[in-house]
Parts: sequence; structure tokens; C-alpha cells
Amino acid sequence: MVKEIERYGIPIVHMATITTISESVGANRIVPTVAIPHPVGNPSLKSEDEKIMRKAMVKRAVDALATEISEVTHFE
Amino acid sequence: MSDGFKVLYYVNQFFGQIGGEDKAGMKPEFHSEKIGPALGFEQLLKGEGKVIGTIICGDNYFNENKEESLEYILNLVKQEAPDVFVAGPAFNAGRYGVACAEISRAVAEQLNIPVVTGMYIENPGLDTCKQVAYVVSTSDNAGGMRKALPAMANLTYKLGKGMEIGSPEEEGYIARGMRKTIIVEKRGSLRAVEMLIKRLKGEEFETEMPMPVFDVVQPAPAIKDLSKATIALCTSGGIVPAGNPDRIQSASAQKWGKYDVSGRDALNAPDFYTTHGGYDPVYANEIPDRVAPLDILKELQKEGYIGNVYELFYTTTGTGTSVSNAVKFGTEIGKELKEAGVDGVILTST
Repeated sequence: MVKEIERYGIPIVHMATITTISESVGANRIVPTVAIPHPVGNPSLKSEDEKIMRKAMVKRAVDALATEISEVTHFE
Repeated sequence: MSDGFKVLYYVNQFFGQIGGEDKAGMKPEFHSEKIGPALGFEQLLKGEGKVIGTIICGDNYFNENKEESLEYILNLVKQEAPDVFVAGPAFNAGRYGVACAEISRAVAEQLNIPVVTGMYIENPGLDTCKQVAYVVSTSDNAGGMRKALPAMANLTYKLGKGMEIGSPEEEGYIARGMRKTIIVEKRGSLRAVEMLIKRLKGEEFETEMPMPVFDVVQPAPAIKDLSKATIALCTSGGIVPAGNPDRIQSASAQKWGKYDVSGRDALNAPDFYTTHGGYDPVYANEIPDRVAPLDILKELQKEGYIGNVYELFYTTTGTGTSVSNAVKFGTEIGKELKEAGVDGVILTST
């Protein structure tokens, strides 16, 4: 899905935990995430801290969309 | 049987009969008995090989702690010193396939032990290991176990006995991308002319050198000004409105859905939940934004960090979904996003 959406010329960032799969499906902008059942969450944190963490990750993803790249890039 | 060759077997928590998704976080363990597919496997080795044990590891644990898991498993394999290492088959299971692939590659490359595994041709783990392991081509689900195991056992038997392995077509494994010198009756020029004549006549012919298919999409240009950009949110994590109005399948999705989220601040429970099978839904059902972070995108919009969050949220389930369906979904969704003038997309996966 990532690859086909990007084919239209729209930048897309893949947020996923198994980044080897992200690469094999052709994602160019990749943000590694926390865990499979909660990619952008962490139930072991206090709810305020979890939100701070999620915000940092989503911001990183948004920033990735505004970053020129020429090859597969992990934004960690 | 004491003189037979030794086989060490790897399975996940499910095939290791520990449990389902609730046990996917288990650390790797070694059992000196034969468990799951390893049990019947020894009988297929014609009395000349012995399965000396089973390594079991949770799919989530392996993928989330790859280096640590690999180190532990490699040490075990070193200790047990099998003649052949066998993993899976993983069919079309993504996490299990990646685990089998990473372990297979490490065992083959670092310990120089021959490896046999089994996967469906679309398994995301395949490319990682097909060059160094023998990967038997299986069906996409565990219904193909009875067909997969004899082919895997046959390869294991030959590797254990030090016998020559035949071609991918003969042995049922996926081509490893290697070329081997073989003696054939007709010389090259004759074969080429015969192939050309068949082609000119419009008859079926089989190339001797299939070309690899590369389909790389170049990265799209970056967004120039985030504060004016419209960002769309998309997920393969199966987050849907409560009741799953479009009945998106919980696995092997046949369709995707789009939902108006323009009036919402978050994808909160109980209005949304996940319909995705194959991962523990507790955390996603508690706070669906943990999978599809609409809450944060809306915050960033309020703060002016991004211009707008696109009014529609796109969703489907990723597990077991065929590549051809995923291509179709991506093409359909991308077309809509393009026509709507969306500037960038965040796609989350579980």
C-alpha cells in the first residue's frame, strides 16, 4: 500500500515495528515504532508520558515527510 | 539410530504449542523433546536422522528483541551442533516468517550449518533467507502442512546425508538466485534458435535465465511547508468504527474502509476498536490512537505545526492480506488522496 500511494508522487511515511517488512514492501520513509500490538503507544508508561512519547514519534513522522531523501531512510 | 544425523528445529509459540497471541511475547526456550511439526518430522527422515530438540520463541518477542533473541538462539545451535537446522514452515505469517528468515540466515552464514525452512512465496521474510537457506514453497496457510513437511524433510535428509540437492523444480524449494553448471545434450546456439522459433510461432517456451523483476518507487519529493500541508492518516492495523460497519475482514482483507474524522479529536474507545486478527487487541481497544494516532495529528493541527488533517481516515487489516490486494488497496486509496490534494500520508502498521 505504501509503495502504491507513493507512486502518485505523494510522500508517505511508514510507522511500523518490523522495519524489515517496511523495507521489503518498498517504504522509503520509515519511522520505527514501539511494539506490534501498540506501534505508537506504550501501556507501561503513565498516560501523560505515553502521550508525550506518541507526540514525539508522530512529529518525527511528519518531519520525515518534510525531509528530502534519495533512498530508504529510517527516522529514529 | 545413534549414528544418524542430528536436526534442530525452530517454531513459534503457536506451533510450539505454548499458546496464541497472548504468548507471542515469550522469550526463546530450548526443549530437548520434539514439539509441534518437529514431532512428525523425524518419522519422515527414513530412520536416519534424529530431531534433537525444539527451540520455541514468541513472534513478537523475536521481532522486538531481534539481536538478543538471535544471540541466544545462535548460542544454543552452537551447543547442540546439529547437522541440519530446520525452521517453520511459516506459510504466509509475517512475523513468524521474518523470525524464521533471520534465524535461518544467521545459522547458515555464521555457523555454516545447512538450513531448511518453508514459506509462501509472498512471505515478507523470504528475501532475507532464500539465498542461504532452502525455502520450500508452501501454501499461504497451515492447511499446507502435510505437503510442506515431506518436502522439507526430503531436503533435510539429503543435506544430512551429504547428498546432492536437485533443482528448485525437482525438490520444491524456492529458487536461490544461483547458477549451477550442468551438462545438457544440446549446445547453447541450438537451444537459443529452438527457443526463438517457438517464440516466433507463438508457442510456449521457457527461458533459461529469468530476469529479476525490480519495482522500486522513488521517494516522492518532501513537503515544502508543513504548516500549509494536509496530512492523511492511514493504517493496516484494523482500526474501525465500533461495529465495523463495512465488515472489513479481520485477516486476509478483501477491502478497505474510509471514515470521516473531521469532527473528532481522537480515535477513542468505545467509538473505535480494532478488527485485526493476529495480534493481542487489548492495547489497541483501550486506546485506538496507539495504532492510528489521530489525537496527535489533531494536536499538531491546532498548534499550526501542520496545516490540516485530511477529513477521511483510511483503514484495513494487514495480516495475511495478499500482495495483489495490498497493491489494489494502495492504488485505490492513493488515487483518492491525490485527487483530494493531500500533501503527505502517515501509514501505521501493526
